[in-house]
Amino acid sequence: MNLTLKIWRQKNREAKGAMESYPVKDVSPDMSFLEMLDILNEQLQSAKQEPVAFDHDCREGICGMCSLVINGLPHGPDAATTTCQLHRRKFKEGDVITIEPWRAQPFPVIRDLVTDRSAFDRIQARGGFVSIGTGHAPDANAIPIPKFHADLSMDAAQCIGCGACVAACKNASAMLFVGAKVAQYAHLPQGQPERNRRVLAMMDQHDKEGFGACTNYQECEAACPKEISVRVIAEMNRDFLKATLLGTEL
Amino acid sequence: MGITLDSKIPSGPLAQKWEKHIFDLKLVNPANKRKFTIIVVGTGLAGASAAATLAELGYNVHAFAFQDSARRAHSIAAQGGINAAKNYQNDGDSVYRLFYDTIKGGDYRAREANVYRLAQVSTSIIDQCVAQGVPFAREYGGTLSNRSFGGAQVSRTFYARGQTGQQLLLGAYSALMRQVGLGTVKMHERSEMLDVVLVNGHARGIVTRDLETGKIETWGADAVCLATGGYGNAFFLSTNAQGCNVTATWRAHKKGALFANPCYTQIHPTCIPRSGDHQSKLTLMSESLRNDGRVWVPKNKADVGKDPRQIPEDQRDYYLERIYPSFGNLVPRDIASRAAKRMCDLGQGVGPGGLGVYLDFGAAIQRVGQSVVAERYGNLFEMYQRITDESPYQTPMRIYPAVHYTMGGLWVDYNLMSNIPGLHVLGEANFSDHGANRLGASALMQGLADGYFVIPYTIGHYLATSGQAKVSGDEPEFKAAAVEVKARMDKLLAIKGNRSPTSFHKELGYLLWDKCGMGRTGDGLQEALDKIPQIREEFWSNLNVLGDGDSYNVALEKAGRVADFLEFGELMCRDALERKESCGGHFREEYQTEAGEALRDDDNFTHVAAWQYTGDLAKPNLVKEPLVFEEVHLSTRSYK
Repeated sequence: MNLTLKIWRQKNREAKGAMESYPVKDVSPDMSFLEMLDILNEQLQSAKQEPVAFDHDCREGICGMCSLVINGLPHGPDAATTTCQLHRRKFKEGDVITIEPWRAQPFPVIRDLVTDRSAFDRIQARGGFVSIGTGHAPDANAIPIPKFHADLSMDAAQCIGCGACVAACKNASAMLFVGAKVAQYAHLPQGQPERNRRVLAMMDQHDKEGFGACTNYQECEAACPKEISVRVIAEMNRDFLKATLLGTEL
Repeated sequence: MGITLDSKIPSGPLAQKWEKHIFDLKLVNPANKRKFTIIVVGTGLAGASAAATLAELGYNVHAFAFQDSARRAHSIAAQGGINAAKNYQNDGDSVYRLFYDTIKGGDYRAREANVYRLAQVSTSIIDQCVAQGVPFAREYGGTLSNRSFGGAQVSRTFYARGQTGQQLLLGAYSALMRQVGLGTVKMHERSEMLDVVLVNGHARGIVTRDLETGKIETWGADAVCLATGGYGNAFFLSTNAQGCNVTATWRAHKKGALFANPCYTQIHPTCIPRSGDHQSKLTLMSESLRNDGRVWVPKNKADVGKDPRQIPEDQRDYYLERIYPSFGNLVPRDIASRAAKRMCDLGQGVGPGGLGVYLDFGAAIQRVGQSVVAERYGNLFEMYQRITDESPYQTPMRIYPAVHYTMGGLWVDYNLMSNIPGLHVLGEANFSDHGANRLGASALMQGLADGYFVIPYTIGHYLATSGQAKVSGDEPEFKAAAVEVKARMDKLLAIKGNRSPTSFHKELGYLLWDKCGMGRTGDGLQEALDKIPQIREEFWSNLNVLGDGDSYNVALEKAGRVADFLEFGELMCRDALERKESCGGHFREEYQTEAGEALRDDDNFTHVAAWQYTGDLAKPNLVKEPLVFEEVHLSTRSYK
């Protein structure tokens, strides 16, 4: 199978980037999308051109490192799929595929398709935790948690922090990311003591980083490779309102 | 070269060693802790839990990760679960049983005292993780749920769907980020450690390269912890993440740290078979699938090309259930992998190249229904379907063994300190707890045990007793190391040959898999030892790395790691050649029972093989640490 890839190339943070076209030949239908980029990079290096930089690591859909906006869609056309789990058989002979980095002001491009997502770490550092030092824990079965709540918590906790929600949002909002963390803890007794402080602090950092507000288009849920529901944004908004009214300190 | 290894195992009865040791360790008083700086390299389960806990105690911590965030470390990909001797199921589990299973599972090639301590602290790990808000699976009554895992006859594995590693790592990451927020940990992402710096014989810092800007930096501290994972990617194809590498531990080895048991590699039985030469990694299907899946191949070679659904029950060979009736499909990983290889060698393998066996959920779906199976393994089935285009609900999965975990690593004593004072090694990067084979759901346990509950005690003793002067990171030793690192980068860039780093990595990896993989022979290993230096020579004369060292350069990063694999691979083969016995994941075809099981030689090989770098890769110095068994009786491992 032969394809044409139109890829965003950008030397560094300051440089002006541009789309470049590259033909790739003889790709097998069993290849993953990133393996196709591996092949392209081998071809480029043979021709003494620098390889395309893209973020990737586990290649099994869990580390959250891979990104890419493929034909306008974060993580490509498949639902509930990270780019690394996307397979070549989803494309046809002769297709032209555009590949861009996450486009959002809080995620600056470092090189080519690689972006800086450290804003997520800074949000996490403001409140995405339970303040319990090692050694303070009671027996694990001391606090029973109904399966229903444990499952809701787990549904939210599946977030891999990839940033597709931001890339999909016209406001570059990260409220699905923040909501997932807030909801994970809100459904557990362990999360209650810091519940109000957490949502206010994390949203405060979210806004400082330049992420926009949610205007309910739900593109984030459609793009999320772990199918995190926008329900977590609703839950977070409720907690945020409550915490604001109670006037909890940040 | 006269080096002797002191394992520092405390005296006294096994069950009391750790408690006695904690009391004997010197303490650093709370006001003095803030005067000490500790470097932690790697932010997986071991590194993140260590960095967070050390910071909670009051130390200044610098943590480093080559990924863009601490949360991405490869611990995140562990699927099945984490063991703990809680005995919540009332099925006869105990600290002693977890200890015994782990020692036996490791084919009697691990230290008793280390393994016993691991079993002891396992229960605290579960408590800690639950308190952090890790959403483990629960029963309707609200208590924690358990499943069984290979190599055990009790249900002691805690899990969070098929994403246990992710949830545990995010728990440790949240604890770490809390400390970052409090200013007690300084986090350095996209930063790769390229050397360890010794001052006065003690490990006092590291040299890093900022992967975005290419800047080479030096960092001084009072102690260094390496939690940089295993070396499975030496094989090119493995279940490891693309970035996993041996560089940190190999650089430390070349500075004097002994590398122990590098030939102990775990080949995981349940991975998706390889589909072609383009392949960049192998995907694991959690061992937990063997709880409900039945492994089989067609009895008749003529049936291997048939649709498995058309092969009647009496024409299937459920070989694990047949050969190992008491453990059945839940035999340990090394046993299951070798059995799969044997069936394929006999011509009964299925799929492309005959390199696969079936893992069948038909019976489980009939017994408990598709929805229950989906709840247990849904995400794994989806992953399988995405890669192979086949649904495991409809047709059996095809699986084949793949490199997954490495039991060998830098030698450490009971305090997790290497033979270089101040250099501590945690998690998969050390060699200590799994012997020649690791049981399922024990890697997460060991990583978190080392980080949350061992190093916080033992590092204090080192700091309180080392008596070393403070360093700033600008001493001549640091400057010299930085110059060396820079020169190495320049050398890689200056070759300007014709082959990419990946092509060399692939060549080495395929050779290692062929000669030092599931089955090893003296002749094959010798052949690999002859070939590896040739590949290395070509690497240093025909490598093609474009661009420069002062920018984000993925090819340069990769080249540095491949250069280290090319040196390390030779040591792995040498260790495998030297160990003239079969044990756990190390199978020398010359040493097997009539039934094809591993044949140990306890008289000559009940020791840790720790290798010292001598300046000549072809002539490392072998130092042996005898393994003394006071508690368990060495026996032939049987799962029949």
